Amino acid sequence: MRVKLAGSVSIAALLLTGAATVFAQDIQRWITSSGGKPALAVIEFRGSGSQPFMDKFNSTLFNDLQGSALFDLRPKSMFPLNNPQRPEDLRAEDGGQGFALSDWANAPVSASHLVFGYTAAQNGVLVLYGNVDDTSQRNPQSVPLLASRYTGSLDEAGAIHVAHEFANDIIQKFGGTGSLLGSRIYFSSKRNGAKGSEEIWVMDWDGSNQKQLTRLNSLSFMPSVSPDGSRVAFTSYAKGTPRLMMLDTMSGRALPFYNQEASLNQNASFTPDGKQVYYASTASGTAQIFASSVDGQGFRRVSHRDAVEVEPKVNPKNPGQLLLVGGPLHPQIYQMNSDGVGVERVTNGQGEATNPAWHPDGQHFAFSWTSGIAAGNFNLFVMDIGSREYLQLTHGEGRNENPSWAPDGKHLVFMSNRSGTEQIYTMLANGTQIKQLTTQGINRFPVWGVK
Amino acid sequence: MKNYSFRFDKKVFALTLAIALLAAACGKKAPIAPPPPPPPPTASNNNGAPTSGRPVVAEFSIEPSSVERGQSAVMRWTVTGSNNVSINNGVGTVPASGTRRMTPPETITYTLTATGTAGETTATATVTVTGPAAPPPPARNNTGGSRGTLESRVQSDLRDVLYDYDSNNISDAARAALTADADALKRIFADFPTASVNVEGHCDERGSAEYNLGLGDRRATSARDFLAQLGIPADKLKTISYGKERPVCTESDESCWQRNRRAHFSVGQ
Repeated sequence: MRVKLAGSVSIAALLLTGAATVFAQDIQRWITSSGGKPALAVIEFRGSGSQPFMDKFNSTLFNDLQGSALFDLRPKSMFPLNNPQRPEDLRAEDGGQGFALSDWANAPVSASHLVFGYTAAQNGVLVLYGNVDDTSQRNPQSVPLLASRYTGSLDEAGAIHVAHEFANDIIQKFGGTGSLLGSRIYFSSKRNGAKGSEEIWVMDWDGSNQKQLTRLNSLSFMPSVSPDGSRVAFTSYAKGTPRLMMLDTMSGRALPFYNQEASLNQNASFTPDGKQVYYASTASGTAQIFASSVDGQGFRRVSHRDAVEVEPKVNPKNPGQLLLVGGPLHPQIYQMNSDGVGVERVTNGQGEATNPAWHPDGQHFAFSWTSGIAAGNFNLFVMDIGSREYLQLTHGEGRNENPSWAPDGKHLVFMSNRSGTEQIYTMLANGTQIKQLTTQGINRFPVWGVK
Repeated sequence: MKNYSFRFDKKVFALTLAIALLAAACGKKAPIAPPPPPPPPTASNNNGAPTSGRPVVAEFSIEPSSVERGQSAVMRWTVTGSNNVSINNGVGTVPASGTRRMTPPETITYTLTATGTAGETTATATVTVTGPAAPPPPARNNTGGSRGTLESRVQSDLRDVLYDYDSNNISDAARAALTADADALKRIFADFPTASVNVEGHCDERGSAEYNLGLGDRRATSARDFLAQLGIPADKLKTISYGKERPVCTESDESCWQRNRRAHFSVGQ
């Protein structure tokens, strides 16, 4: 492991802002769990009767594979003339023309694996024949690494669907865990509505399939999602003052949540078992942390400080530990036991530190911080809660806030105004592969759910 | 496909309520027969009773006999042997028996006159009105009035209270603004006794949206508490935080940030 990591030390070194070498390796390990990367040659798939959708198919497959950070995707400009589409196309020798696996193994392609296949319209259904072969095999008819058939609707959505499924199988073949397939991002959006209104929306992890979940014609924002992805809680002015509301993510129906009599109830965070929530409420005066069952009943006050406290975040591996954002002066991130004792500041007191977001490992968290720069200019950081070492992920490209981890622990979704308006982006945990997912209206407060 | 709609549809709710009420009404085991229709108006005797002789006023009353100003009372009468019944003070000719709801502005005595073939019978009933004279009607929608509407008064008479960054402390300037606001609020509540006023807490754009909701609430609460100390009933002031969601300006400079760090007043619901 040590030896394999050496290959990525140069990348890790670029990430360092302090002496956090070990920590940088943590991040690198999340991203490349297997050290050296397989080099994939992914041919341009063609379609029989389904060609109009193949541009979308090819870009989806490529993006999924690249987004997994598991592979070195070899450039298509180096590919040989002949691109096999079926296993039967392969032969032992093709003189470097492409119908032999060795043509892909040798320079300049230098691929360890060949991803090939095609799609066809069959009985009104889109069928994908997807194959992955190890290019070092001598016998082209030996057992392939992957040879599967996938079906989807005969349209662009079907092409995207089969591309995701094929990519997911490839990722799993190479030991990728916690696939993003099926995961969804909840957020709030100011579009399609009355002036000043903001609604809760959801989209697939890659930004496709954006759908409006609420129609409250009010200001509704700051969603959070339960660990199993079945519930979304959010803060809404639908009844005048900010209150918590909850809905079922499958049906879109409202679920009951009892709000305390208070001018403000906000920021629900689910416990790992999904049975309780922690939230901030002014029921006792200044906003403090409360806990209740998932329907709002049986509430109890947790924190007792003379300072604004918001954004409780329950550790996904240890429900006895919370992070929260609190005053009294410039807000900082604190940790606290779930019974309200053991309050301790985690960030170093400089600037403003907000938006803590636990990594799925329960040892690290992402957050936004104005360290060393003017108030309001937030950048994203990751901190190891044990050592308090931290790494900076964004570097002044607008404001960067509201990070949330993907279930795979390798990707983050966040909000940035780098394009001029607040939009939602994803990136790898080392700050690379930034992708903009939203463009329409203003889009804020992303949170990544398993479904 | 999944249904993602999340509406509170008033029509559906009303329909559901109606069905629920209907279901509840139908759920009783022994349905009660509806009351019989009222008897037809009788200018002539339809009971076969002799029409000779003077009419008999079996009942003429007002219940309750004493009301507070603005409350209503019910007049009730039953006459037999009459072919014309009338009540003065603007009531006019009425059937031989009936009821009438009224809201008398002052104490008043009604006289019922029943005319039969052999003469007439009269009866009187009095309702006593107690309590203070009615207040003048509210001027809330009287845009032509000198006092203006509640909205215009709240907008023009109450000044924003400004705060320092990340702070809900009441500065000397804020103290002066709140003292003037307290005087203005007393005049507004005197003119609009049923009004309530929102104290909105706002923040500049720099902090996080989440923290600013909590900070805005603290600003609104500190302003409300200060006004309460100056004698404004706290239950007439409702706090609501908008964090940084409702800025009055959007420039990224201190003069705009200062304008947004405020407690602002609006008409309560």
